[in-house]
Amino acid sequence: MSGTGKTVQVLNQNEGLLFEQSSPGKIGYQLPPLDVPEVDPKVLGAGNARAGIEDFPEVSEVEVIRHFTRLSTWNYGIDLGLFPLGSCTMKYNPRVNELVARTEGLAWAHPYQPEDLSQGAMEITAQLERAIGEITGMESVTLQPAAGAHGEMTGILLIRSYLEKQGNPRKIVLVPDSAHGTNPATAAMVGYEVRTLKSNDKGMVDPSTLEAAMSEDVAAFMVTNPNTVGVFEENIAQIAAIVHAKGGQVYMDGANMNALVGLARPGDFGMDVMHLNLHKTMSTPHGGGGPGAGAVAARAHLEPFMPTPRLKQVNGSWTWDYSRPDTIGKVRAFYGNFGVLVRALSYIMAHGGPGLRTATMDALLNANYLRKRLEPYFDLPYQSPSMHEVVFSHSRQEKKGAKTMDIAKRLIDYGFHPYTTAFPMIVPGAMMIEPTETEPKQELDLFVDAMVAIAKEIETDPAFVLKAPYNTRVSRVDETMAARKPILRWRAPSPQSRAAD
Amino acid sequence: MRYLPKSDSERQEMLAVIGMKSLDELHAHLPADAVMKRPLDLAPGVSEYEIVDFFKARGAECASGYASFLGAGVYAHYRPVMCDVIASRGEFLTSYTPYQAEMAQGTLMTIFEFQTMICQLTGMDVANASMYDGSTAVPEAAMMACRITGRDKVVVARNVHPEYRQVLDTYLKRQGLPVETAAYDAKRGTVDLDDLARHVDGHTAAVIVQSPNFFGGIEHAAAIAEIAHKAGALLIWVFTEAVSLGLLEPATEADIVCGELQSFAISPSYGGPYAGVIATKEKFIRQIPGRLVGETRDADGRRAFCLTLSTREQHIRREKATSNICTNQALIALMATVFMSVYGKQGLRELATQNLSKAHYLGSRLPLRFEGPFFNEFVAKAKGGSPAAQNALLRERKILGGIPLGDFYPELADCALWCATEMNKKTEMDVVAEVCA
Repeated sequence: MSGTGKTVQVLNQNEGLLFEQSSPGKIGYQLPPLDVPEVDPKVLGAGNARAGIEDFPEVSEVEVIRHFTRLSTWNYGIDLGLFPLGSCTMKYNPRVNELVARTEGLAWAHPYQPEDLSQGAMEITAQLERAIGEITGMESVTLQPAAGAHGEMTGILLIRSYLEKQGNPRKIVLVPDSAHGTNPATAAMVGYEVRTLKSNDKGMVDPSTLEAAMSEDVAAFMVTNPNTVGVFEENIAQIAAIVHAKGGQVYMDGANMNALVGLARPGDFGMDVMHLNLHKTMSTPHGGGGPGAGAVAARAHLEPFMPTPRLKQVNGSWTWDYSRPDTIGKVRAFYGNFGVLVRALSYIMAHGGPGLRTATMDALLNANYLRKRLEPYFDLPYQSPSMHEVVFSHSRQEKKGAKTMDIAKRLIDYGFHPYTTAFPMIVPGAMMIEPTETEPKQELDLFVDAMVAIAKEIETDPAFVLKAPYNTRVSRVDETMAARKPILRWRAPSPQSRAAD
Repeated sequence: MRYLPKSDSERQEMLAVIGMKSLDELHAHLPADAVMKRPLDLAPGVSEYEIVDFFKARGAECASGYASFLGAGVYAHYRPVMCDVIASRGEFLTSYTPYQAEMAQGTLMTIFEFQTMICQLTGMDVANASMYDGSTAVPEAAMMACRITGRDKVVVARNVHPEYRQVLDTYLKRQGLPVETAAYDAKRGTVDLDDLARHVDGHTAAVIVQSPNFFGGIEHAAAIAEIAHKAGALLIWVFTEAVSLGLLEPATEADIVCGELQSFAISPSYGGPYAGVIATKEKFIRQIPGRLVGETRDADGRRAFCLTLSTREQHIRREKATSNICTNQALIALMATVFMSVYGKQGLRELATQNLSKAHYLGSRLPLRFEGPFFNEFVAKAKGGSPAAQNALLRERKILGGIPLGDFYPELADCALWCATEMNKKTEMDVVAEVCA
């Protein structure tokens, strides 16, 4: 498969671990001369000064840049093409955002420098709070959580404190069986017992199931909307009413907010509190796993419980307010992942209000286009209309012996990062595809070509697909062995084995 | 719009394939009362030039051109050019969590190197792939200790970063895990060992101590470990100034080491993003939160790396996971890895020695509040007992003086916390000495 469609096979550099290139005395740095007397480490006290960092690397600057550049070419990123992971919203990361986050006065702002010398940073935070309030239809926003799961924790803490204030924090949090794993994990971390609700045959929350599970012991219902099947919960207003009738609160997981910006606002359809992953919807880079930011937006009744500090304007200047008697407390040091917030505001400014809505429409268009074109080849377990992502099942291909992970691995040979495999759990053999709005039609067509080609390969020669990928540096990495005998760090070879070399 | 790669005719073509006439049909199925009835009240989109201009103006409204002696968990260190060069490569910047090992060997191998270097620095056997920051690593480590010991109480020293302790309270309170605070010694600023021993009992899961502590002082690992271990509790050793690890003997007596890596090439950026980390002993591997990368082989026997032991994590274990953490700080950890590679064995030691030397030069000219060894931070009494008044004088000389401690420690209202790094010049320190005399 050389040179077809999206890729061609080319040379790629081999590279060992940095430690394996280390040699005593090599350096990659130079410090300016010390302009004060050098102090002997003995001042640190008896036994407190270390001899040296055993086996720490010693390499030159040239080797550093080659090492990491070579490793980078073993990776795939959005800059190389479609990255269709469902519910991950891998959209283009505008480069101007990287530039402005490095603006001198912002990048070097110390969190404890005086407030009157931090007004620009505080203004950025305030403008982003306002924009997210407008987008979500919520009165109150905090930008402190570091990531989506951290935002979930903040939101459930808000609910807990709110209910506590009314005399009873309650015991249970309900989550649908289609929820992300972070939802139940979060509820447990905030001291709640988790109960799972079965989705109905449309892949949605069943109001009667919810009603039956709802009681005055239930603190909150955590709902993802659009849900992880990519479907807007058609009974969302009724869902909120059922929970509210028993005095509970509705938490919305905003992982899929990319489907709603400028189109529908959770505050308007009855949600009490939600988080929004700025590294998804607001285009800040995933960076191989982070950093993100998990802004939390809440209705007015939850505002008194927001984490400290809160931004406040006094005589035209911004100040941080720490005296908040009902606060849940601090969820992290300082004021959040500010550098990520700068990027998110930069993104919102680039699109503007009308542009954000257009982006949402294009996200819906791309997902529905893929759905239509792939439907003849793959099983669609839920016929409900798709929003920004579509979930197929491997059921047709499985009959020939190829599962969702096999199709995913073969997709790599065609030059694409795989979709999300085996999630949500309510779809056996799920293939969860989210293209986002930043994919051109041409790239989507290449993806369809690849998926159709794989479907045909499975019809004629399924065994071939089971050994994919063929064109990568490594193939079918043994995860079982990795877990059975964990090797989680490099260790210098013992002198005996060195001698044997 | 420049981020949307489609012409209107392409949109029409795609709609035709779907069997629709207009984009509005894509959301016609939404319940009517859920749909927004007006456009978003946000200004129209602007050009790249206007965006850059806006942020430059906001940057100009923040401190610039000041010599700074601020520390307290966030340190100004020189950032080698290489760190941004590598982190700006699209293959690292725009990639996802490396679940698909065949397409992410680059990220996986750098994380493996990161884990290794953190182990070498901390003297632990295993380190995770990062936590959000130092302040959230502490409660995660505390919860880990509770799981390991089956106990519910933690004792934290009062000279652990005050904001870290606040975060610890937020996390632990709702889980019914009590947090007790042990005093610091009024003369030395280090943990009061007698008070610590009074708090540690058969219910204590962990003792949490920071070194260098919030006041900059070096704690005595062996003595503290003895108190913790005698009661069957674990010792959690916290660091906020990673550069200190270049010179300080690692606390191998500790069971868990956690902290903040901001010092390794991460700009202060008004408080984040930074990267936290948790490292521990081999025997506690299965209770560590967060991602881990392991070495393995592929189908053809080639060395390969992959995420591993994921049955600890939320996407597999759900409400029984070790933590709810999913997104971490991978790119920041990469920058820290490049920083550690550039400085290397010799450089990190020289860097730490410069920090030690600068801080001791400054410290020798200010009235120190505490006795005992310190690294690059210390507490000094302010001129006339007023850190605010002293800082006002320093600002006239374009200097940001030490952090007033009264808000965090009322009994130290007449003191400030000073930090000097390799970035501070002797001439600036001489001005400080002159103004504060």
